[in-house]
Amino acid sequence: MAKSKKPAAKSKIPAPKPRKPQPGTRQDSAAFLAIYRQMALIRAFEEAVRSLATSGLVPGLVHLCSGQEATNVGVISALEPRDIIASHHRGHGHCLARGAEPNLLLAEILGKAAGYGGGRSGSMHVIDLEHGNLGTNGIVGGGIPLACGAALTARARNSGAVSVCFFGDGALNQGLLHECMNMAAIWKLAVVFVCENNGYGEFTAIDDVTAGDSIPARGEVFGIPSKTIDGMDVLAVRKAALAAVTKARKGGGPSFLICNTWRYGGHHVGDKQDYKDDAEAKAWRAKDPLPRFAAWLAKHHGIGARKLSNIDQTVAAQVASAVDAARRAPEPDSSALDRHVYG
Amino acid sequence: MTKMSHAEALVTAIIDSMAQDERVYLFGRPLGLGPQRALMSRLTDRFDERVFDPPTCEAGNAAVGVGAAMAGLRPFVDLSTGSFSFLAFSQIINEAAVSNYMSAGKLPAPVTFHCLEGARGGGAPQHSQNIHGFIWNTAGLEILAPSNPGDMYGLVRAALASNNPTFIMNHAKLMALEGDVADDRKPIPIGKADIKRRGKDVTIVAISLMVHDAMAAAETLAREGVDVEVLDPRTLAPLDEDSILASVARTGRLVVVDETNMQGSVASGIAGMVAERGFQSLKAPVQRVARPDTPVPFSAPMEAFLLPTAAKIADAVRRTLPKA
Repeated sequence: MAKSKKPAAKSKIPAPKPRKPQPGTRQDSAAFLAIYRQMALIRAFEEAVRSLATSGLVPGLVHLCSGQEATNVGVISALEPRDIIASHHRGHGHCLARGAEPNLLLAEILGKAAGYGGGRSGSMHVIDLEHGNLGTNGIVGGGIPLACGAALTARARNSGAVSVCFFGDGALNQGLLHECMNMAAIWKLAVVFVCENNGYGEFTAIDDVTAGDSIPARGEVFGIPSKTIDGMDVLAVRKAALAAVTKARKGGGPSFLICNTWRYGGHHVGDKQDYKDDAEAKAWRAKDPLPRFAAWLAKHHGIGARKLSNIDQTVAAQVASAVDAARRAPEPDSSALDRHVYG
Repeated sequence: MTKMSHAEALVTAIIDSMAQDERVYLFGRPLGLGPQRALMSRLTDRFDERVFDPPTCEAGNAAVGVGAAMAGLRPFVDLSTGSFSFLAFSQIINEAAVSNYMSAGKLPAPVTFHCLEGARGGGAPQHSQNIHGFIWNTAGLEILAPSNPGDMYGLVRAALASNNPTFIMNHAKLMALEGDVADDRKPIPIGKADIKRRGKDVTIVAISLMVHDAMAAAETLAREGVDVEVLDPRTLAPLDEDSILASVARTGRLVVVDETNMQGSVASGIAGMVAERGFQSLKAPVQRVARPDTPVPFSAPMEAFLLPTAAKIADAVRRTLPKA
């Protein structure tokens, strides 16, 4: 084979940064607290967006992930900076867990010039390449092949990066998921398929639209190791994600994780959720990932309520400041409408 | 100049791009080469490890190409027959075309899509679609329609060098056509029309395969004393509106030819653009030549009946001329 004269062009994927202390590899309370802080930030952020949306300040529809923090943070805490994620319409938590600036994220959700897309993308298409995030995505299942494509690039470049695609239970019935699982399996791509199963695709219960009695079987049929996890337990999610990511990084191919979780809000802010059963909602609320992880921190690391309350207050102040900044931020210049149509 | 077939120009351009840029990968091996498929060994002999043979799943193939492009490759994704690419429209339109826009320029998706489109003879409705009309309604894609091997070579090189998602609309009937490829082997700038024949009486804007019918019509009309200019936009998006308007300003008469259905055709779009921006230049109503709004039937005589031909184009030109 003739060798190209040109050196390999530089990857757009940022180079790996030195790793922070990893919980699980050492009994490192600080790293566990970081996990708590991220989940608390996501909760506070989402509730602030809910309030803004209820006040009519968010253009369009906005989909919140309150209740799903453990799946967001559990998986993303298992990643390295060089890794890539592709998210979905309920993706603010993924953005934040990956390192997005709350100010810029909120500015985009409000359609402001300072936002990640300069007001061109909104909540459902937040792209943050600096943190290896190919974006939240308004098309159900839309991010799945993007992550697989990024895994192909990682293979071509021998970069060792792993891709993760997040999708909801609604995407289980999208043909694209099965096309991509097939390709990931035949090419042994370094991709982790993460289904955040919150029980409802938009307004429809999963059981009403999803055939068969096994979701893992949908991965197993392609020879992909598939596992169901308690998605309200951040450490269980993290453990499964670490195993899948490590395997993928070593060339072991894809995995499929089904994280059972619960969406506290409706499909979007304003959805009355009259299709949900009150008793079921109460049972899921009792498994809330934040108090659950707080109890674990107290028991295993002797971390008291005051320390966690300090974290809660810090993230609340951070979110309040982001809300203030985003509300005051200028609107984009409409006459620059055609800027970025082409690169 | 080197004589090549359209298919050979396509394969040669991909090889030359691969040699120059290690980010260029090929997704999908057939490339619609048909009887010229032996050409592919020239590529695989050198770059086999940069060729992926995907399963038949157009949506997945297109979108994996988009994701790979976002992460830093320059994939050339062959979507095979254009009619099949409808399965990949969401990935082309909702992902590739808008990624740069939604990220405010931070996440371009420099993927190149390629398909064989158009009535190929006996393709029936499901193998004869001209998809460029559909895709033309999307902002953010560069849409290229080379009508000869020289343009094919230069536009493929330009597509693989572009930071934007591009779509090469390749008419199935062009693949065996022979023509000259310039020895400098340069890309052709995207967005630049080419005047294939100079003339002063009437402008014909013709797309892809239709350029050849337009040239034949121009020969016929020359014998009648009508001097026709044939303009090939080469790039449908961004469209070189200025060159079209300049030509119409010189001739005062316009016929637009496109193999797509009339409704929503590029012919209709160009006619509308000239009516709006070049009305003062026009000495006669603009004429459009396109397919009637029916599916393409399987029967050979029925298919021939509906396609634009040199004779139909010549008739359209005559309709723009003053009555003798």
